[in-house]
Amino acid sequence: MKFVREFRDGEATQRCAETIAREARHHWTIMEVCGGQTHSIMRFGLDALLPPAVELVHGPGCPVCVTPLELIDKALVVASRDDVIFCSFGDMLRVPGSDGDLFTARARGADVRIVYAPTDAVAVAHKNPDKQVVFFAVGFETTAPANALALLQAHTAGLTNFSMLVSHVLVPPAVAAIARSPTCRVQGLLAAGHVCTVMGYAEYEPLAAQYRLPIVVTGFEPVDILSGILACIRQLEQGQFVVENGYGRAVRREGNAHARAMIEEVFEVTDRVWRGIGVIAESGYRLRAKYAAFDAEVRFSVEDVGARESTACRSGLVLQGLIKPNECSEFAVRCTPENPLGATMVSSEGACAAYHRYRRRAMGREVDA
Amino acid sequence: MSGNDAGGKDTGGKARLDVQLSCPAPVGTRDRVVLGHGGGGLMTNRLIEDVFLGAFDNPWLGTRHDGAVVPLGTARLAISTDSYVVSPMFFPGGDIGKLALCGTVNDVAMCGARPLYVSAGFILEEGTPIEALRRVVSSMQAVAREVGVQVVTGDTKVVERGRGDQIYINTTGVGLVEAGRQVAPNRVREGDVVLLSGDVGRHGIAVMSAREGVAFETTIESDCAPLASMVQGLFDAGVDVRCLRDCTRGGVASALVEIAEVARVEVEIRDDAWVVEAEVLGACELFGLDPLFIANEGCLVAFVAPEDVAKALAVMRADPAGRHAREVGRVMKAERAEVRLRSSLGTSRVIELLSGEQLPRIC
Repeated sequence: MKFVREFRDGEATQRCAETIAREARHHWTIMEVCGGQTHSIMRFGLDALLPPAVELVHGPGCPVCVTPLELIDKALVVASRDDVIFCSFGDMLRVPGSDGDLFTARARGADVRIVYAPTDAVAVAHKNPDKQVVFFAVGFETTAPANALALLQAHTAGLTNFSMLVSHVLVPPAVAAIARSPTCRVQGLLAAGHVCTVMGYAEYEPLAAQYRLPIVVTGFEPVDILSGILACIRQLEQGQFVVENGYGRAVRREGNAHARAMIEEVFEVTDRVWRGIGVIAESGYRLRAKYAAFDAEVRFSVEDVGARESTACRSGLVLQGLIKPNECSEFAVRCTPENPLGATMVSSEGACAAYHRYRRRAMGREVDA
Repeated sequence: MSGNDAGGKDTGGKARLDVQLSCPAPVGTRDRVVLGHGGGGLMTNRLIEDVFLGAFDNPWLGTRHDGAVVPLGTARLAISTDSYVVSPMFFPGGDIGKLALCGTVNDVAMCGARPLYVSAGFILEEGTPIEALRRVVSSMQAVAREVGVQVVTGDTKVVERGRGDQIYINTTGVGLVEAGRQVAPNRVREGDVVLLSGDVGRHGIAVMSAREGVAFETTIESDCAPLASMVQGLFDAGVDVRCLRDCTRGGVASALVEIAEVARVEVEIRDDAWVVEAEVLGACELFGLDPLFIANEGCLVAFVAPEDVAKALAVMRADPAGRHAREVGRVMKAERAEVRLRSSLGTSRVIELLSGEQLPRIC
């Protein structure tokens, strides 16, 4: 496959790892922001190729993981209504809310459907005029254009039985929140390639300067990730703190103007709760007032549904790179992919799930409770 | 099933406000069947252990193979049963009828048996076009003729509209195991070579592409095919076949992990050894799926004695379903019962069963 095979090449990967080992003269801690990158690192065992001087910590870039508990609870309430067909991306269905997950809701009789694209949910609404069709619009900047497109389609078609439960989150405010935290350990950052494909990387430039943080826009294959780490280390060793684009085959500085315009039309920036982290100011999108008629929270009066987070789950610390998943006492003991205590154990892109799937044995946590 | 109704169970109907819980109730002690229980991973295994194994406890069930080999007089009979609920019932490369025959006949063949007779039970939904049923049955008969088995008994039930999905089929197959032949995980030993008969992931992706609401078009066809003649060919050629498993639900990875766990051996496979069609790989990349865990319906893993590898590969490749047969791994000195994947990058990791189904990722 073009653009996959050459970036998984064994020799190129090895060469890159050797260069990192040669050039890293100090201890550096680097965060990969995106859960897709975490998954790749675990799947390909890339951290095993790094010298001890380079430590990777895993960032908050998994949309399933950071979607707040109360939003899952709202989804459960809406999905359980007899008049609703609830459409969602597949990996949101297993995220535990206060009382089960969407799979459980489905087993109890709710009409919950997995869709592969938000516009599929619009098609479901066309086909089921006597039902209310709700799409669970979660994700980072990456999924925002497709969600905006779905909403615009529904708007143009004058659909009155389509709405969205929106919980979009944005990467740069989260990066800034992590960087300015007094406990921050992160010295270099691999920015999420897909997010930058949409948004570009200009908004990272002030962050790199202000927090003295090299930021490298990075893809998802082994050669991409190791090249991103190498670029970070070169900057750190030379005392540079700028944004570099290491994912030139997909990312331009200004991003995708068409996609951004669509986001701008439909969404506006708002404060958001990040599961495990808390409220981050201006860190998400909500529907603009002119599209309020499509807001499922308003339509189904669930704005007041709230929930408190488990005290057992330490995913907030994981998402900020303060602990590794296996440093949590519940990891692989009470918390497993079948019994997730928190969302980082649910999605394949969640750091805890990735550790559990690829590293559990190496960590000496072999026995499931 | 401990009580986990901290938040009250009734979430139906009206909006439930002010959910005030100190802890998201762990969802592991599920009191209802969820889709993940059918995924062929850990949740399926736990359901089998919790509900079925205890109730039906006997030595044959305990072998946890695709079918059972039971004594009958002086003969040994292989029996396997499977139910087919694939949706949509017609998909590129096959339909539910072809699947129902191939799947069961293949499971019988994986016991080292020659499949002979099949029963077929149909659960039909009110309103299903007879023409669709005719097509499905005709596909079954085509496979039966090809494999040389007879469908000798059957059953038909009709359920009200909305209580089924057009056509569900259960098939049971029986076959005879030749005297002295042993094909089972407990025959696997250090040094055995793991062969994979086909390319990976085609059935799962073909069915997915045919599902309503999937906005991608492909030319991928299911690999659905009978494997009995390939298996017979291995025995005819004198290959010492230690263990066979068709890589259906849960894919190649789950088949290997299950064998490794029952046989208590360590299996090492190489990530560049098997074939994945470009379109299958593309779909997997797009949806964040691992091809090694995707269902196949015409592909098997064979553990064979090292001296028989060339012979076995020649037999496999001569079969239409075995064009892409490859050596993919080896049984190592048994330290742990696990499957290790060695990558071309020089790294290695353990492969584990998934808990439920693979879910397409968000972005």
